Amino acid sequence: MAERRGNWDKGDDLPVYLARPGTADQVPRQKYDGLFCSVEGAFESKTIDFDALSVGQRGSRTPRTAKPELGKEARSPASDNKSPTASRQGGKDSSLDEIKTSGGQEAFQNPGDKKSDRLLIKGGRIVNDDQSFYADIYMEDGLIKQIGDNLIVPGGVKTIEANGKMVIPGGIDIHTHLQMPYRGTTTVDDFAQGSKAALAGGTTMIVDHVIPEPGNSLMEAYDHWRQWADEKACCDYSLHVDITHWNDSVKQEVDNLIKEKGVNSFQVYMAYKDYYQMSNSELYEVFTFLAERGGIAQVHAENGEIIAEEQARMLQMGITGPEGHVLSRPEELEAEAVFRAVTIASQTNCPLYVTRVMSKSAADIISQARKKGNVVFGEPITASLGTDGTHYWSKNWAKAASFVTSPPLSPDPTTPDYLNTLLSSGDLSVTGSAHCTFSVAQKAIGKDDFTQIPEGVNGVEERMSLIWDKAVTTGKMDENMFVAVTSTNAAKILNLYPRKGRIAVGSDADLVIWDTDSIRTITAKTHNSAAEYNVFEGVELRGAPLVVICQGKIVLEDGNLHVTSGVGRFIPCSPFPDYAYKRIKARKQLAVLRAVPRGMYDGPVSEFSMSRGGTPSASARTSPTKQPVRNLHQSGFSLAGPPTPDDTPTRPAGRRIVVPPGGRSNITSLS
Amino acid sequence: MEDGVIKQIGENLIVPGGVKTIDAHGRMLMPGGIDVHTRFQMPDRGMTSADDFYQGTKAALAGGTTMIIDHVVPEPGVSLISALEQWHEWADGKSCCDYSLHVDITEWHKGVQEEMETLVKDHGVNSFQVYLAYKDVFQLTDSQLYEVFSVIRDLGAIAQVHAENGDIVAEEQRRILEQGITGPEGHVLSHPEEVEAEAVNRSVTVANQTNCPLYVTKVMSKSAADVIAQARKKGTVVYGEPITASLGTDGSHYWSKNWAKAAAYVTSPPLSPDPTTPDYLSSLLSCGDLQVTGSAHCPFNTAQRAVGKDDFTLIPEGVNGTEERMSIIWDKCVVTGKMDENQFVAVTSTNAAKIFNLYPRKGRIAVGSDADLVLWDPDIMKIISAKSHNSTVEYNIFEGTEVRGGPLVVISQGKMVLEDGNLHTTEGSGRYIARKPFPDHVYKRIKARSRLAELRGVPRGLYDGPVCEVSVTPKTMTPATSAKTSPAKQPNQPVRNLHQSGFSLSGAQIDDNVPRRNTQRIVAPPGGRANITSLG
Repeated sequence: MAERRGNWDKGDDLPVYLARPGTADQVPRQKYDGLFCSVEGAFESKTIDFDALSVGQRGSRTPRTAKPELGKEARSPASDNKSPTASRQGGKDSSLDEIKTSGGQEAFQNPGDKKSDRLLIKGGRIVNDDQSFYADIYMEDGLIKQIGDNLIVPGGVKTIEANGKMVIPGGIDIHTHLQMPYRGTTTVDDFAQGSKAALAGGTTMIVDHVIPEPGNSLMEAYDHWRQWADEKACCDYSLHVDITHWNDSVKQEVDNLIKEKGVNSFQVYMAYKDYYQMSNSELYEVFTFLAERGGIAQVHAENGEIIAEEQARMLQMGITGPEGHVLSRPEELEAEAVFRAVTIASQTNCPLYVTRVMSKSAADIISQARKKGNVVFGEPITASLGTDGTHYWSKNWAKAASFVTSPPLSPDPTTPDYLNTLLSSGDLSVTGSAHCTFSVAQKAIGKDDFTQIPEGVNGVEERMSLIWDKAVTTGKMDENMFVAVTSTNAAKILNLYPRKGRIAVGSDADLVIWDTDSIRTITAKTHNSAAEYNVFEGVELRGAPLVVICQGKIVLEDGNLHVTSGVGRFIPCSPFPDYAYKRIKARKQLAVLRAVPRGMYDGPVSEFSMSRGGTPSASARTSPTKQPVRNLHQSGFSLAGPPTPDDTPTRPAGRRIVVPPGGRSNITSLS
Repeated sequence: MEDGVIKQIGENLIVPGGVKTIDAHGRMLMPGGIDVHTRFQMPDRGMTSADDFYQGTKAALAGGTTMIIDHVVPEPGVSLISALEQWHEWADGKSCCDYSLHVDITEWHKGVQEEMETLVKDHGVNSFQVYLAYKDVFQLTDSQLYEVFSVIRDLGAIAQVHAENGDIVAEEQRRILEQGITGPEGHVLSHPEEVEAEAVNRSVTVANQTNCPLYVTKVMSKSAADVIAQARKKGTVVYGEPITASLGTDGSHYWSKNWAKAAAYVTSPPLSPDPTTPDYLSSLLSCGDLQVTGSAHCPFNTAQRAVGKDDFTLIPEGVNGTEERMSIIWDKCVVTGKMDENQFVAVTSTNAAKIFNLYPRKGRIAVGSDADLVLWDPDIMKIISAKSHNSTVEYNIFEGTEVRGGPLVVISQGKMVLEDGNLHTTEGSGRYIARKPFPDHVYKRIKARSRLAELRGVPRGLYDGPVCEVSVTPKTMTPATSAKTSPAKQPNQPVRNLHQSGFSLSGAQIDDNVPRRNTQRIVAPPGGRANITSLG
């Protein structure tokens, strides 16, 4: 360790004004080894660099106003390398009021600090989806104002010592159902409770689903959700809107939502027959429309028709408990629906987003489709990454019922591991929680009939820790990938990047200081959700947020949550996210179809019966082959006499002609 | 052979005097081909396909095929049995070789189910085709598919599917017509191969769910064939049928400047524009991922095709291929070394006989089998041309293709029908071959699986904790539909829950089964992981 540091010193031993002249604030520091080996060593021998540090410190003491560009100039060579050391020392030298603990743990908090919206994180290792580097972060008014070393900040700023711990962009939970109405009741976690749980887990933004009743206005439903969330949400939020029926007025509303209301993602259902389910033709139309307007098509992928049949069969067989839920929704039906959605999306050239990837086979279809070049994103949820469907057979009805969600958790116990692997390899892109909790009493609505059990599991609080534990500590992904799947990719899909999902100057001050080593056991006794059960009960997870900063305010520190209900802002998402639409646009240009220019056919035309009438439009829409539809274009008698030599099918034996486009050269063509 | 049946096989056989002897000179003698998919004399909007049973079977015999299985296509609304009888009437009068019939299910209701039972029990039909395409005409929904497959499994028959997503095809057709594309190229553009693969995947899923054997007719594209191959690797009982056209030519001809020629290729699913498709399909056929071959012989003459001269969706669909089938497979697969002659017999005849429960009467040269034989000449060279073929249509989609291998002598029902290049067919000599249900080749596995597939509920005490009240909205549905819909995540669902009294049964806290939180570990649930701590 010391040796390595020595090398660095040599390389960077330059006067402060020569050190990286003209670089931007976020110039990456040399990323230093892996995750687990070097973090602690980074600040063990910090006293070595005092001299170099003092240079930087002088720079920062010069009486200048705190402009971002000054931060750049003030960069010192030593602090380039050893920011934990440098910044801590800097903190002492400067007149900033700071209390430190001696154990190298986080130390922050100026009790007398009035400006709580000004925050400085010192000595953190900033982890973005593309790189990790050491730098300090200064935030003001909920925005990140400066990133760098030895920043020049106004006095009286509250300082957090990160001590070399990772500072990551706050998580974005791209799929929640908070305060979701359900048959006159609502899910037990409302926007206050749910977003509190989210913040406790290191998630600083949620994206909730607006679910209009079929037949009701999308816009009204959207307004309801906005109202509920604005009143209560403790963190920023955004909304998806579910399309539960389809007609021209819905189309108009979707258009308005995209243009005026900041919604760019719409979910359609392939399940819930006779209720939310859409036919293939409707899917085609929805996808076509969304592709035109720059929206993302989300699908709940399950074959609702087969499920309905299977459910009827299960009930007939007398299976009424929660195990019937998973038995009636085998994972093949999920995979089938994903396949179908991919096909339609590919036909309509629409970006597809598959919510709740719960099974291996569905994930496989997504990764195959991605290999074929389809623009498709898969969202595994906390539950599918962290637990499996064996619990449906629990003898405890209430426990078994608490796992009921759709698509169901796979009974195959190797599924979580497999999904984590695909998430790490990039075949699955984002993670949500599908947090939708019901109390036992609510679940008991279906105590005699599993089809009546309200569906949904918890997961908003556990999401970040669970992914860290399952994917990062096992070595499947690194911390950058972790940031990508928990935050950055979601921000890109929602077109909020780089405002969210990145630590950069100008981004929102939604940050998490992540403790890679803390271990805790998940239990319903301590969780922040209002539900009695936790589907991860008893699971031990390594990795947790130490400090959570949302909108520039500390909401979690020392294990204490300080949330304010109603501070959450609605973040509008604009259409045509680059992340999805760059490719879509390029393809659109290629996909122009052209007809073959031919002379008019004027040979004999056979008569055909008009046994079944049909309107012209209908006959154009249906495939009329082998169909007794009246052809209104067809007069029924032959126009020409003997065919003219040019156009009639003559058979000049064996004469070869130029092959048709894409044709093979060895096929002898007729005239 | 005597009386149309093989009596003895061996060397130096003792035969009665006056027997006609054919000297094979060491050439291959193989079971006559079985063309599992023809549509002779098929009515389409008042027209019929150009080859009737006489012309069609004559062409089949000329190509070495001694049995055909035709599709009965009842108009929606017409009884299956009367349609079958209609086909019987046509075929009995004209067919020159033995035949059997598939019946297509073009609509679904209770009556159809009863008719299917009758057909299986009394009429010797053991295969039914359903359509995933032809929206608003033949197409069935997924639920109907599920029900049809369940019935078919119970009857011991084979479910055949025409696999294309009709909904998407209809949308694409409309879009392409709107763009002003009206020629035959619009046909292939509106039937992309993905749509075929999607439908194959869906029918495989439904067949898996219902434990029903599946047979995919007309495998035309690589991706559809891949889906079948994958499904077989996962253990699904599924068979794939490439046809002569998909093995022998490709869809680049749809862009032909000659409208009549381009139209001659119109069939559904369309020939793939990818010129490597035939090669790929013949490889899969050789390795066993695809099992049987048909021709889907359903040609229309140019005047009939011209019905759709201004709108490709009106062009009657179907290509020729019954005559060319054996030669094309020999040329593409055996000559190229992909398969040996035994595999050739399997894919042209034996597998078909096994799947449709005709084996060993057909598809095998054995004592007691029907005397349907072909003396095959592996070296004969022939150029396929519409001038010399036995079909009545003006175009042959294999025009100009040079094939190696052809029948020298064809014996059907113990009679020589092709000798020295001369056909001697007798109109009406073809017999209807009844087929029994539960073919062993298919149903041995299905039966074993159905024994395994028993499901059991978890025995639990009654839940007597608090139950949330559910608002009852005025809109009520029948209990049957409410049981069928999945009500979760359906806020304010307008379904009355008839099982639910709406008030809590127990008093405040009867604690026995109410969820308590403790960290006590219990035995893991079946198949569960040991490291998950269970609640009480």
